[in-house]
Amino acid sequence: MEDDKLSLHIPTPRARPGDPVTFDHISIPAAGLVRRPEISASEEQLRDLPYDLIRVLDPDGKAVGPWNPQLSADHLRRGLRAMLLTRIFDDQLFRAHRQGKTTFFMKSAGEEAIGASQSLALRASDMCFPTYRVVSWLMARDYPVVDLVNQIYSNANDPLKGRQLPILYSARDYGFYSLSGNVGTRIGHAVGWAMASAYKRDTRIAIGYIGEGSTAEGDFHEALTFASVYRAPVILCVTNNQWAISSFQGIAGGEATTFAAKAIAYGLPGLRVDGNDFLAVHAATEWAAQRARANHGATLIELFTYRAAGHSTSDDPTKYRPTNEEQAWPLGDPIERLKQHLLGIGEWSELRHTELIAELTEHVRGACKEADAVGTFGKSKPSAREMFEDVYKEPDWRLIEQRRELGV
Amino acid sequence: MASMNMVQALNSALDLALQRDEDTLIFGQDVGYFGGVFRVTDKLQEKHGVTRCFDAPIAEGGIIATAIGMGAYGLRPVVEIQFADYILPAFDQLVSEAARLRYRSGGQFSAPITVRSPYGGGIFGGQTHSQSPEAIFAHISGLKTVIPSNPYDAKGLLLASIADDDPVIFLEPKRVYNGPFDGYHDRALKTWAEHPMGEVPEEYYTVPLGKAAIVRPGSAMTLLAYGTMVHVAAAAIEESGIDAELLDLRSIVPLDIDTIVASVKRTGRCVIVHEASRYGGFGAELSALVQERCFHYLRSPIERVAGWDTPYPYAFEWDYFPGPARVEAAMRRTLEP
Repeated sequence: MEDDKLSLHIPTPRARPGDPVTFDHISIPAAGLVRRPEISASEEQLRDLPYDLIRVLDPDGKAVGPWNPQLSADHLRRGLRAMLLTRIFDDQLFRAHRQGKTTFFMKSAGEEAIGASQSLALRASDMCFPTYRVVSWLMARDYPVVDLVNQIYSNANDPLKGRQLPILYSARDYGFYSLSGNVGTRIGHAVGWAMASAYKRDTRIAIGYIGEGSTAEGDFHEALTFASVYRAPVILCVTNNQWAISSFQGIAGGEATTFAAKAIAYGLPGLRVDGNDFLAVHAATEWAAQRARANHGATLIELFTYRAAGHSTSDDPTKYRPTNEEQAWPLGDPIERLKQHLLGIGEWSELRHTELIAELTEHVRGACKEADAVGTFGKSKPSAREMFEDVYKEPDWRLIEQRRELGV
Repeated sequence: MASMNMVQALNSALDLALQRDEDTLIFGQDVGYFGGVFRVTDKLQEKHGVTRCFDAPIAEGGIIATAIGMGAYGLRPVVEIQFADYILPAFDQLVSEAARLRYRSGGQFSAPITVRSPYGGGIFGGQTHSQSPEAIFAHISGLKTVIPSNPYDAKGLLLASIADDDPVIFLEPKRVYNGPFDGYHDRALKTWAEHPMGEVPEEYYTVPLGKAAIVRPGSAMTLLAYGTMVHVAAAAIEESGIDAELLDLRSIVPLDIDTIVASVKRTGRCVIVHEASRYGGFGAELSALVQERCFHYLRSPIERVAGWDTPYPYAFEWDYFPGPARVEAAMRRTLEP
């Protein structure tokens, strides 16, 4: 008998530009169906969860099922405000890029629920190891918008002193670790930070993010190994927004299994969560946080979402995916869904929503004006002396000589 | 004072670091119960407890990433990479993260970690247990690179590295763990017991980073060396009878440029010695610095003695290793008119 000829499989997304958009292959279970186990449950009792999808908000915006976190209306409104602020900020700064006020910008459109919900679910003293699409974490903690803009402009008031690409923020006082342009490299730092907290018999926990594309990096697997081995009090999140620049999630292994299911081989609980559902994200995060605080160790959470904008201002997503794909995304818009929920429970109104948008638009505009007055990119910058500071705690002779050579 | 070899001196440093500061902890492959493949962490787990000194998975990138996270929290982790040859999986973490964290965060976060790693040849370790990667770390802004040559310095430099607020790559020349190897592999082994730098205080002390040692004063030329090659250079001086000044750099970042320049200006000749391969090695930087700062004082071309530009060859250990004969030949060349 002759052997079959082998064939090489190259994953390909269902739709490319010009193709009809279809998400029929994605199974979206109804909200409220997934069981919520006790936080003391062992990993082997949890192995169905990585293949399910935790959802709380039903199509009418009602909160249903055991994962309903029963949040106060105030909490929900804070979340909505942070998400709206993020979107308005994104839109204004995207325009600022078009106007030449900065060289680069990245939106988090469609993913606003993640940072906002998790920021409010965790404590001020916990530490977030972010990706570049969770600025809503800072918005939920009232980080000064003007400082975000100053950073984006690298102007004289840039808290990072002109050293970082726009949006690669760092805000220690807001529990927001230093971002880097390398993807995936800080997920292990979250584990180390959490191990340090456990070592010190502290009560603080860490949350780390990685994109689904970057789960292919060794960093992810090493972080899961360490998190599992040392039972680190950390929440590890895979933000599965379907796209890594132009590569669909299948290129990172998403055709074969879910990203939450990667947890199983490490003996960690894996939760797969509707990332556009503010309440579901909160509930899953709270569950993982309780586990971590009770010394049950780490949890991997896949946040199933969609990158509604391009990768960055340097990217044109119409070159590789259908133009209206984000509108067809079956999990909807996270802001609209939370708004609908608040309306449904009688804690919000269209008028208040319109007023809030106006207020936040004015707030961002004011912050931009303030930053514009300091200077946009290239019009103002920190002292060039700053270039030579913080390389080491104290500069050595090389840096001192080179600073003098530059004449600063 | 006690007589210690380099392993014992390093062990004493780590023991004191754990005793003095509960924010210091140690982890790495086989460093826990077993005490490390070279015994540097021997009995530290037993003495200080499992959370102070423990085994890590075989994941060098993970070890460094974890240490950086701990450093960002406020601890001072000391990690071991079992051989410097295995440090490369962690290179991204060291270069893109540890070295840059303070800078890119505007000073909000830093990684005060110490990465110990045995390095260098002379042990028939082949290409995976013999390399000298110091130049690739010296090239990275934000990292410090420290290389002791004897037990006294090893202890003091390690304690200074742990106390330092920046990430330090601490390379231990494993060929001199047990004795001052001078490159004469066919002669009887020496032990640290016969060497003055094998006398090590039992208490805490530091040897500052960035301060070279004048191992032997001289007037005919300046020899720059670090790690095992300090002993090789010393042997070459003795064999040749040339009155050379020998500097042990002790750390290459920060570098004691003042001592180097003062010495070369005085002697007018310079020979640079290292085990690492020559092309793009740290000797190239030293040569450039000496040329830039001492050109009008130089009476002959700067010489470099280094490993050949090949991978580290197992069966050709002594053909590759830059022993005293090669150092002496370079010294004689610098004396030619």
